[in-house]
Amino acid sequence: MKPFTTLTSIVAPLPRDNVDTDAIIPSREMTSTSKTGLADGLFAPWRYINSAARTPNPNFVLNQPEYHGAQILASGANFGCGSSREHAVWALAEYGISCVIAESFAPIFYNNCIRNGIAPIALPRTVIGTLAGGAATVDLAAQTVNGHAFDIEAEAKMMLLEGLDAIDLTLKHRDATAAWQARDRAARPWIYLEKHP
Amino acid sequence: MIAIDRIFLHERTGAAALNSMASANRAVVDPTRVFAVMDHIVDTRPGRGDKTMMPGGDTFITETRAACHAAGITLFDVNDPDQGITHVISPELGIVLPGCTFVAPDSHTCTQGAFGALAWGIGSSEAEHAMATGTLRVAKPKTMRVTFSGKLTARVTAKDMILHLLADHGAGGGKGYVVEFAGEAITALDMEARMTLCNMATELAAFSGIIAPDAATLDYLKGRRYVPDPLPDWGDLRSDDGALFDCEINIDASAIEPMVSWGTSPSHSISLLGTVPDNADVKALAYMGLTTGQRLADLAIDVAFIGSCTNSRISDLRRAATLVKSKKVAEGVLALVIPGSSSVKRAAEAEGLDKIFTDAGFEWRESGCSLCFFAGGESFPPGSRVISSTNRNFEGRQGPGIRTHIASPEVVAASAIAGKITVP
Repeated sequence: MKPFTTLTSIVAPLPRDNVDTDAIIPSREMTSTSKTGLADGLFAPWRYINSAARTPNPNFVLNQPEYHGAQILASGANFGCGSSREHAVWALAEYGISCVIAESFAPIFYNNCIRNGIAPIALPRTVIGTLAGGAATVDLAAQTVNGHAFDIEAEAKMMLLEGLDAIDLTLKHRDATAAWQARDRAARPWIYLEKHP
Repeated sequence: MIAIDRIFLHERTGAAALNSMASANRAVVDPTRVFAVMDHIVDTRPGRGDKTMMPGGDTFITETRAACHAAGITLFDVNDPDQGITHVISPELGIVLPGCTFVAPDSHTCTQGAFGALAWGIGSSEAEHAMATGTLRVAKPKTMRVTFSGKLTARVTAKDMILHLLADHGAGGGKGYVVEFAGEAITALDMEARMTLCNMATELAAFSGIIAPDAATLDYLKGRRYVPDPLPDWGDLRSDDGALFDCEINIDASAIEPMVSWGTSPSHSISLLGTVPDNADVKALAYMGLTTGQRLADLAIDVAFIGSCTNSRISDLRRAATLVKSKKVAEGVLALVIPGSSSVKRAAEAEGLDKIFTDAGFEWRESGCSLCFFAGGESFPPGSRVISSTNRNFEGRQGPGIRTHIASPEVVAASAIAGKITVP
């Protein structure tokens, strides 16, 4: 995974609360079992006047010339709510969005971002208002956006900064988890299914 | 790190996760504790096979089947007698257990918190992590208790309780919390109603919902296929007396009324007797074709849909059936019932519920997630206003331009007969 350290980009404003993953990538745009080929379907309901014909909606932020190439998206509260589909994050990443700044995030979407190297940054609505539409510099190590401080959980920060693969990281503890499981098997035998009936 | 006891996959994302693991040369560490089912895009019309209404959907089914077989995962296939929606069949089979950790790449996994399990929805990468390592890396969630004191009045259901909570506290009202539902009105709920309530904890942006197991939980589970016999001592799985929560909410259950959503978030919900609030979101009003101050009762509907992991269990169908028995669906209204599992379907047919629904003019289908969401195949007529027993009324959720009002199956059934949104 590509490390996320600093990023400077124009900030595309999407000033809505509760942007759900059905809006980020509708189910009908998930046409294969692959994690790629999703960028065209990103925000399809809003980005296109006619989704099937891919007729652009000139009023949608990402279709406006000043936001072409934007790598930061700014939105409202509870961004990424709804379906757990990781396709929402894959679509954002493939389109070129590396950072979402929002007032808050839905928890599953937030984790999906961390696992894919996208920085989900929570800031107050008033700060987001000052950033949206302008250029912003995100410094993850310093935990600032244009000097505004933000909080991020330590492990999430480390995973992003170092571009770590969570599975590789966890598999380093294979012996410890196996030892735990041996004890657990004695304590909670009903959890372990030797063979399916 | 937290040990993961049960993992449940489905065909919409199962193949992507398993194929990705295979290409990274990672094995499923304990396939006996991983299950999968065809529920999300599987056809619900009679006589179904691998073909789906969604173009290319059969690829998801065949690839998931192949990947499950290769990994040694127990799969409830398209026409398996145990097939059904994950959050309906997992409890039916006793795959979820009190005190276990349970994850699935599906946001409504919180449904299964009704059994005192820590059950939550994850993405595909997390599903791969859980399968490859038997664990997940989880920041400890905050704790919230929502206490419903007093008794529900007649005609008020678990669906109304959760919509009431959403209306009061918003779609971010439970952000990151494990929400314990407690109080007299919770312990009075049967297990299926508890599942309906916990199902929509995710709509509060909660990490999950959970209810302490009690005698009703054990009675439900006893004798089911994957449940140990004798039952282990699960009696101590509850919050300590005097436990401190990061947040506490108290709700008077007796004041809750039958609810319906007006907007494009489940938190956009009001009493069926109420009107669209003055401060209603403008974009939501425009999408829904409504105005502030408007009554929802008596609003004409085009479609009535009973189904989904929220409200498609046998008790839901029984209650809905009593309201349509010997009546007819209103002229011009499309009405459907999609049982939550093949087992629910068989039980309903044994009781004659299918006949009650079809005599009234409802379609009676095979089980699956069906039209809870639009996957690119089957949809309702363009611009339809739908009264739906599902969980999400997002823009376009049930199809481009479709206007969804979520409510209990009782409200859906009564509205189907009246042709307009109706108090049952």
